[in-house]
Amino acid sequence: MKIALNIENLCKSFAGVAAVDGVSFAIRQGEIFGLLGPNGAGKSTTINMIAGVTRIGSGSIQAYGYDTRRDYRLTRRMLGVVHQEIVIDNFFTVDQALKLHAGYYGVKDDPAWRQMLIERLGLAPHLHKVMIKLSGGLKRRFMIAKAMIHRPHLLILDEPTAGVDVELRHGLWDFVREINAQGTTILLTTHYLEEAEQMCDRIAIMNHGKLIALEPTRELVRRLSRRRVRLWLDRPLTDPPEQLAHYQPVLEAEGRELLLNLPVDGTTGALLRELCGLGLSIRDMETQQSRLEEVFLQLTGIDEHRRKNSDVS
Amino acid sequence: MYPKDYQQGNFHSWLPFWTLLRREVLRFWRVSSQTLLTPIITASLYLFVFGATLGERLSVMEGFSYAQFVIPGLILMGVINNSFANSSSSLFMLRYLGGIVDLLVAPLSPPQFILAYTLASMLRGLLVGTVVWLISTLFAGLPWDAPLLAILMAVVASFLFAQFGLIAAIYAHNFDTLSMYSNFLLLPLIYLGGVFYPISILPPFWAKLSLLNPLLYLIDGFRHAILGVGDIEFLTAFMVSGGMALGLFLWAAWLIGRGYRLRS
Repeated sequence: MKIALNIENLCKSFAGVAAVDGVSFAIRQGEIFGLLGPNGAGKSTTINMIAGVTRIGSGSIQAYGYDTRRDYRLTRRMLGVVHQEIVIDNFFTVDQALKLHAGYYGVKDDPAWRQMLIERLGLAPHLHKVMIKLSGGLKRRFMIAKAMIHRPHLLILDEPTAGVDVELRHGLWDFVREINAQGTTILLTTHYLEEAEQMCDRIAIMNHGKLIALEPTRELVRRLSRRRVRLWLDRPLTDPPEQLAHYQPVLEAEGRELLLNLPVDGTTGALLRELCGLGLSIRDMETQQSRLEEVFLQLTGIDEHRRKNSDVS
Repeated sequence: MYPKDYQQGNFHSWLPFWTLLRREVLRFWRVSSQTLLTPIITASLYLFVFGATLGERLSVMEGFSYAQFVIPGLILMGVINNSFANSSSSLFMLRYLGGIVDLLVAPLSPPQFILAYTLASMLRGLLVGTVVWLISTLFAGLPWDAPLLAILMAVVASFLFAQFGLIAAIYAHNFDTLSMYSNFLLLPLIYLGGVFYPISILPPFWAKLSLLNPLLYLIDGFRHAILGVGDIEFLTAFMVSGGMALGLFLWAAWLIGRGYRLRS
């Protein structure tokens, strides 16, 4: 598998504070790669260093085998960037701005390609409006069109759906899947973890400037997720059975529901055998797999932090 | 679907430069009531006051009417102000509104970046200067002693102040600091740089002090080329102006080359 982007030991500090601290990862050609992390984790700084908005502190970035500093004119042509903040040129209409953007990338205007982007992103009715008159959602769509106007190999999407309504979000993700299927590699950051779980082939998680996880999405969720079993009991219990202490049992609904946490190496079969041995009368049961959001909270320590804070309060 | 090899693909190396130049020219053209009309009206008012009214009663240089004396200064004032205003306000607005990132992520080299901003600013400055000259013909004719040298001085002035505008836009923190460059630096230097009077009529101390004003060399050199006489030798005026232009260009190139206050 060829590598689209290779980042090695990337570091960046602002006023002596490390924003990105020794980050290394590689993105394969054709994949959708998610870079997640809480606010201030260093995601946008990493993306800005890839794009050239922020100078690289130390380390290196290679796009399709070319160094983004030495061969910047070549690598920037291969990248398309959708910035987190809305960036528009208020002097121009949508159509004029798209033509200008193709020129900035040294590409002659391709009317067929421009028209495809305009139609696919629903910009056709607004083509001759000046940017300042566009709604927030339209500006977001325009940002994607302008990032794609020079047909980049790698599209970087930094929170492209921030502040966007559900319908538009779905539309944008459909478009991203479509261009990915046509060969564009995608690097995205998003706060919508459910969407990241559905979209991304692999996920990297950053926290405090460091990379703390990098795995295929399914494996990450499976390896780190906690499986829970909820039992509905015929007869309520006053206390959880001591024999089940290693499952961290919690009684809910006035003792009628018993919540058990399965260890990573535990099986539902072994649990059922133990429950039968205890003679508990079980009416129903349900297993719950934690999703990416829980894995994310667990890895970044936000969950722990929240719990501690709530204990204090 | 995509070009397989970008090195042999459809990349046009100078297209980013031409596009930025086009963008800059379209920008000032689109708001021409502010960028072209306003300075032309201001210069026309000066011409009316000093050419048709007060000018009749003033004489500061033997052999020339006051209107003939003041017109070269007013033309160059238009060139200077507008070259500076174009590059400073355009780049500062891009920085302020965040649009600069579109240029930072594009395959635009620092020399292309500087050249595009400089040429657009020079164009606006020289355009205003030309219109001011055309209007001035209603008030007085000029001898045009050395027209090519006059054009050369105007080109040097517009180049110099395009660079100064870029530098000001990079260092400015907000609109107030940007306007300070124009109101507290540029304006006094222009007014005290011999636009309205020759330094030869000043007392010796003030005349010598005026020699420290870098704009004096530009304005006097330009007037010298048009009228054939001036307070300073033309070659001196040209060398000092050219030296300043080169110095400011190197400064601007250094700032933009390292992305100072442009890239974080």
